[in-house]
Amino acid sequence: MDGTAPLFRMEGISKRYGGVRALEKAELTVTAGSIHAILGENGAGKSTLIKVMAGVVAPDEGRMTLDGSEVTFASPAAANQAGIVCIFQELSLIPELSVADNIVISNPPKRFGMIDRKAQRKIAEEALARAGASDIHPRALVKDLPLSRRQMVEIAKALARKPRILILDEATSALTAADVAKVFEVLKRLRSEGLALLYISHRMNEIAELADHCTVFRNGRNVASYPAGSKSDNEVVELMIGREYSHIFPPKPASAPAAATVLEARNLSWADRLDNISLSVRAGEVVGLGGLDGQGQRELLLAFFGVLRGLRGEVLIDGKPVSIASPTAASHGRIGMALIPEDRKTEGLMLPMTVRENLSFAALDRLSKAGIIDRAAEQRLIDDMVGLLAIKTAGLDIPVGALSGGNQQKVVIAKWLMRQPRIILLNDPTRGIDVGTKQELYQLMRKLADAGAAILFYSTDYDELIGCCDRVLVLYDGAVKRELVGAGLTEHALIASALNIHGDDVRIGQGEHA
Amino acid sequence: MKDWRYRLAEQRGTLLAFGIFIVMFAIYSANHPAGFTANVVQTAANKGVLLAFVAMAQTLVVITAGIDLSVGMIFTLTNCMASWLVVGTGLETAFGVLAVLGTGLICGAVNGAIVIYGRLQPIVATIATGAVYFGLALLLRPVPGGSVNEDLADFLTGRFFGVVPASLVALLVIVLVVWVPFSRSELGRAAYAAGSSETAAYMSGVPIRRGKLLAYTLAGLLAAIGGLFLTFFTYTGEAAYASGNAYTLFSIAAVVLGGVSLFGGKGSAIGAIFGALAFRTIGDLLFVFDFDPLWQPLFQGVILLIAVSLGAFALFRVRNRLEWFL
Repeated sequence: MDGTAPLFRMEGISKRYGGVRALEKAELTVTAGSIHAILGENGAGKSTLIKVMAGVVAPDEGRMTLDGSEVTFASPAAANQAGIVCIFQELSLIPELSVADNIVISNPPKRFGMIDRKAQRKIAEEALARAGASDIHPRALVKDLPLSRRQMVEIAKALARKPRILILDEATSALTAADVAKVFEVLKRLRSEGLALLYISHRMNEIAELADHCTVFRNGRNVASYPAGSKSDNEVVELMIGREYSHIFPPKPASAPAAATVLEARNLSWADRLDNISLSVRAGEVVGLGGLDGQGQRELLLAFFGVLRGLRGEVLIDGKPVSIASPTAASHGRIGMALIPEDRKTEGLMLPMTVRENLSFAALDRLSKAGIIDRAAEQRLIDDMVGLLAIKTAGLDIPVGALSGGNQQKVVIAKWLMRQPRIILLNDPTRGIDVGTKQELYQLMRKLADAGAAILFYSTDYDELIGCCDRVLVLYDGAVKRELVGAGLTEHALIASALNIHGDDVRIGQGEHA
Repeated sequence: MKDWRYRLAEQRGTLLAFGIFIVMFAIYSANHPAGFTANVVQTAANKGVLLAFVAMAQTLVVITAGIDLSVGMIFTLTNCMASWLVVGTGLETAFGVLAVLGTGLICGAVNGAIVIYGRLQPIVATIATGAVYFGLALLLRPVPGGSVNEDLADFLTGRFFGVVPASLVALLVIVLVVWVPFSRSELGRAAYAAGSSETAAYMSGVPIRRGKLLAYTLAGLLAAIGGLFLTFFTYTGEAAYASGNAYTLFSIAAVVLGGVSLFGGKGSAIGAIFGALAFRTIGDLLFVFDFDPLWQPLFQGVILLIAVSLGAFALFRVRNRLEWFL
């Protein structure tokens, strides 16, 4: 930073996906020998920025320079060649291969055309030692390692490629506290060796300990760049807020309804993803699940819907403990639960089948007598749903895959409404659909709640949570950290609790790096 | 953990198959009327080696998380071809052998190309190509017949130094020439990586397509070597539909017994060879215990069913039911 020439620069980078702009004239400057933290809420453009840098995504416009000369990356391999290596959130390790095999996978050492196992072993041992993970045996299979160890292997694999710029995208999210401390030592050593490190994390305390410089992203743009430690947590949250409001939400009922509790969880835990969650949803209430992406919200919905095995704790329906063993059990009988999945293409619809068939699937048992489908009853119910949701389709007998994304999502919802569920779980249902359809879904959600349904709504869009929900529970690391109600339900409060910031004015960035 | 324990864990499937084979063969030869003699071993080896070649072929494809239901038909087709071509003078015989092996390579490459570039499921693609290969075999040998260079055949099916079955030596040579280089090459590793996790392999810049194509192609070659040896044993070519199908099925049983995971990414052809030898021996146990041969297909079917069921045990450990469908 101190007057040295930048190692890598991005200028005027823009990227659109369909109508959605992910990056808009973004800028970033990376200097050798420093750790640069990138902050921003869900969908602020951080991950697109990294993908552009790492050659996974090609930008629509803008230029990148490395050592002052312009570069373009056609593939991740090309970016690697230039010395930019990224550790992605989704692990890129191959489970059935050994640690050493994985570390050298993209460029194994060869002798007489065959892989030189001795050289491979040596490279792997060096890389593991450099990553501070010499306790991992190079011959161990990746699938036998716990998640935190795998993450260390991932870091070693990146180091074996001899990067000049190392990007860590939430690389510590799966690590134990002891591992985080080790990784920090490694990162600091790499900084002193002259590497440029780009660090993306939602953990403010990590950024405080590591970063030399911070850049905040919002709406696909870098809105502020400042030396670490010069802004308070509160100021940082203010910088992250400011999504452009473009949605219209239906009015909420003036006061929370005093209806009976329909869905309740007590001390729900599962593997290391859900941690002692207790919550309740009343009839007629829309309860939001907030927090950063991947803090256990999906798992919570799957737990209610009977998909997870080895669940600890209690689920109560109408105040009575139940054990829900499968989605069939969840949707049938007195439970009457429906889950609108996030990935409609794999979990919600059978794309090549017709709109009619897709609509009827979840309700076939209600529409048939002695195993035979009552066609007339089916038609009546389908007509109701198509009308209620205003599904735009050229006919009921065309493949559902031919519909637009928004209309496909309506079919998924209609399919479950055919069962007239009393409890509706929504898993980020508005992702990737247009604004018009989003508004219709908000109206529908409120209409269903008014008709007495209990709704649990997970969304990655904070704006939506504020606009639609009576209450929002914020999850962090698989646990409910905070409940926001009424006037307390603001974007500031949502982001602050999503980042798990408690104190109001903690200075960040007091690393010992002077 | 110590180094040797990891080495042991890597070879567990192979060692287990070796153990099963030793136990089965001990029971077999102890109860054989002739006992453990060079003759008994030679006959058993010659039968076992055929399945071993086909099982090696199957292994290569299964490692990529695919399955090759045409191996038995490539085996049959190359048998019919060899009964025409592997005859005459030394030079003519050599040419015939090359032509037969080349045919195997082409059959395998066609399978691979359809699966990789046509993006068809391996099971459907290889059922179809298998039917084509059988059709060609039938045109070559509408009725059983033909002949083979008997000097070569006798040399490769006899015994070295009066004790070592030549077919086992041939098997060893093929392992050293085909399997060992493959398993240690970059493309071989790519085949494993693609079978274990295709997306992770892609993200890591592994040459997935070339690795898989090589696996399918070499599978064709190994099945053809099997076909060649069948000709050496029988001196004829026969487009036997039932036998081709049986070899395909048995190769799957052998692969599973040999510790190769049907989910891909794990296992070795050495394990599959012992799996094949063990499977053959189990089938032959019925003979030494004087059961009616009519029972043999049923018995082998049950073994196959048990073997493939073992592969499903991992599913009991899945905690998120959505992962069942991945």
